[in-house]
Amino acid sequence: MTDTSWETLSNQAVAAAGVVYFLALIAHLVEWSAISAKKRVAVEALVGAGGPETTADLPAEQHQRGAFFARLGVLLTGIAAACHLVALVARGLAADPDRVPWGNMYEFTLSGTFVVTAAYLLLLRRFRLGWMAPLVVGFVVVCLMVAVIWLYEPVAPLTEALNSYWLVIHVISAILATGAFTLAGIASIVYLVKARKPEVTTGWLGRVPSLDVLDRVAYRIHAFAFPVWTFAVLITGPIWAHEAWASYWNWDPKEVWAFITWVVYAGYLHARATAGWKGRNAAILALVGLATLWFNFIGINYFSSSTQHGYAAPALVSPDLSASAESPVNR
Amino acid sequence: MTRPGQLPDISDDAAVGERSEAPGGRRSGELTARELLRWAWRQLTSMRTALVLLLLLALASVPGSVIPQSGVDSLGVSQWQDDHPKLTPVYERLGLFDVYSSPWFAAIYLLLMVSLVGCILPRLAVYWRAMCAQPPAAPRNLTRLPDSASYLTDEAPEVVLARARGILRGHRLRDGERADAVSAERGHLREAGNLLFHLSLIIVLVGFAMGSMLGYKGGVIVVVGKDYGFTNTLNQYDDFDPGSLFRADDLDPFTFNIADFNVEWLMDGPRQGMARGFESTLDYCQKCDGTDDRTYDLKVNHPLDIGGTEVFLIGHGYAPVITIRDGEGNIAYSGPTVFLPENQTFFSFGVVKAPTAKPQQIGLDGVFYPTFILDDRGNPATLMGQANNPLISMLVHTGDLNLDAGPQSVYYLDKSKTQQVMTPGEREKPLRLDLSLGESATLPDGLGTVSFDGVERWNKLQISQSPGKRIALAGVVLALLGLLGSLFIRPRRVWVRARRTDDGTLVEVAALDRSGGGDTAAVVTELVAALRGPDDTKDQP
Ligand code: HEM
Repeated sequence: MTDTSWETLSNQAVAAAGVVYFLALIAHLVEWSAISAKKRVAVEALVGAGGPETTADLPAEQHQRGAFFARLGVLLTGIAAACHLVALVARGLAADPDRVPWGNMYEFTLSGTFVVTAAYLLLLRRFRLGWMAPLVVGFVVVCLMVAVIWLYEPVAPLTEALNSYWLVIHVISAILATGAFTLAGIASIVYLVKARKPEVTTGWLGRVPSLDVLDRVAYRIHAFAFPVWTFAVLITGPIWAHEAWASYWNWDPKEVWAFITWVVYAGYLHARATAGWKGRNAAILALVGLATLWFNFIGINYFSSSTQHGYAAPALVSPDLSASAESPVNR
Repeated sequence: MTRPGQLPDISDDAAVGERSEAPGGRRSGELTARELLRWAWRQLTSMRTALVLLLLLALASVPGSVIPQSGVDSLGVSQWQDDHPKLTPVYERLGLFDVYSSPWFAAIYLLLMVSLVGCILPRLAVYWRAMCAQPPAAPRNLTRLPDSASYLTDEAPEVVLARARGILRGHRLRDGERADAVSAERGHLREAGNLLFHLSLIIVLVGFAMGSMLGYKGGVIVVVGKDYGFTNTLNQYDDFDPGSLFRADDLDPFTFNIADFNVEWLMDGPRQGMARGFESTLDYCQKCDGTDDRTYDLKVNHPLDIGGTEVFLIGHGYAPVITIRDGEGNIAYSGPTVFLPENQTFFSFGVVKAPTAKPQQIGLDGVFYPTFILDDRGNPATLMGQANNPLISMLVHTGDLNLDAGPQSVYYLDKSKTQQVMTPGEREKPLRLDLSLGESATLPDGLGTVSFDGVERWNKLQISQSPGKRIALAGVVLALLGLLGSLFIRPRRVWVRARRTDDGTLVEVAALDRSGGGDTAAVVTELVAALRGPDDTKDQP
């Protein structure tokens, strides 16, 4: 296959993934409405019979419908994720020479959202994340739309400085951590929403696990993401920076914000062990961390011109004009 | 006397010295300096302070990403300062152009480190004692613990307990225990991981501090060719940024020149005309007595290490060879002139100064097109970065170049005492010299001639020493290992008690997780299932 046809394949796979994710989202929404209908029936039954009632006694049909759509949703998400993966691989093969698919923001978004989905699918059983499905899938659909509409860029080779295997490791781990932090952040958001009305047992909130479980799931995923982020930002990042720019830590805005994210998440882990900060405040801190993470990825490119990490504009490895212009030497 | 842990009340402005020397003994509620210190220490080393300091550190890092920093973007700093003349002195006083080496930033992280040491040392002691001690004995009432279970069985208590010991083999068991219970513990290494993580942060800081105090970073532009080169002495650098403790005689002696330079140009695709890769061949020596001449292929991401000093290739550009003959026919200037690229097409800007020209000094400023074309609308442009059809386009100034006024950048022409040379016959139109390779032009009014004789290439090299980088790296790696231990090892205590009752043997199982991340309910369920085996059917009470 030629590079152009790889690129076309990638674009088509993204479109297909978007559509299937959307179908998965609909399946999960139907599932939820079926379940809330079930709950409503349950409440009515309770009032009518005047006796204790459990979900096990619900109309079997309702129950089955919910479960069917849940399974359908997961299946569709799996298919969409496969398309998503094809899109990523094709994107890498479309470049000459073949390369990792994260040369710009479009590709980074594509990879980041894939990690969110993959992490969700992998952890689905283990942490019983079924309740998260519509949120995760909805998030991914929106991100993919943003990527295709606003961030799209044609395939281009990496600039020289981006061409390093340390960079590959660095970005893989950064994307992995970003996906995991995002997933964990969704759990923290739901925690905060639920914390306002912990007793609710109907509707959406009723379906969500208890506060304890939410807190623990959020912590577990954060606890996975934090070391990965540490590895990305404080080990591989500096090693690469050292090779490319002669100094392993330059305090350029992208690095500063990666550091801020790291410190805030360290704060989150601390908060979980500090009296008076457990629970709500810790969850808020986690979301602050997530905000700094996404700001670093999206916002900083528009805020600051001096970052050397060119995602917004392909990096030009040019002489440091500023330093030379200051030079007082008159040769 | 305040007891440890009790908050003494102190008035805000109580000076420590005064208090302790207060005559006539102490009134109640009064503090000695020692108590105050101890109280302050306890505050500083509390988890809450650590958390607040961490958040402060994050907050304090923000301004440096919004305001240009002199270490990162000095051009940005001077532009910003030109745009904000009022704010500049205030910002300067606050150190906002150099946030990360400002005293207030240092204050935060140093406090954090002190807090960390104060927090970690006592924990080390506690940890040591816990390592030596036995797992704690089973609490009297196991079923009161949040995660516990119990069941009845016909087996003898001894049999159950023996099986429990077998199942809990990976744990540390309390020995010499009263006969009716097994106490087990595991995951001690979590605490060790936590300690390792925090201590390693100090190592990282030390390594980092060594780099920024003892190291330096300098940049130099070197023209490609055997006739040019670089010797590692201070006056050869274009810019030099030493750490506060760096001394010029710490510079390693070496000399190099760039024997060859190659660029790979993209001939198609969306980045057509731009450089993909570039590579220099560097001839270098340290003693330079003919015994240690060596060659290295210098590339981006592929630095050269010369005895602890590293040389990086970070950019390149063109240096048109320009000659100016003055009105008397003498060569007033000749040689490759470094032009700075403005963008990826290597459309570049440069300045030529000929202060010895007679009758008048001559200065040129203008641009360089590597592959000159006229675009669709007839505007000059460059097709690509490769020098296929090089052209310089210069404006001419004469008069006093003001070089006596002090050091001047080579990329800047001081026009305060010069006049621009106009096109002969057209007084309103500045004279522009558009010269292709090999062409020359005669200046009006007997000023002289300018010729464009050739195109050389230059490399921008960054040369630096960063001592302590291995220490810092080792520190982060250790920190990561510690972190993994700290986050993934679940410290857990498990107890099993079995005793005879009228209905049979009552077995109680309980587990406690001190990390807050574990699922102890599952642990209990699994343990019960394992203890009962597949064929024990007696119900839970
Ligand atoms: C440089 C600043 C610091 C950073 C980046 C940092 C980071 C962290 C991280 C990431 C954790 C989570 C690991 C775990 O859960 O075991 C942690 C735990 C902990 N930190 Fe820090 N820390 C810092 C300073 C401090 C200070 C000053 C103290 C003492 C007041 C402290 C005390 C603790 C304690 C006691 C834990 C264990 C909490 C637990 O049992 O879960 N840390 N720290």
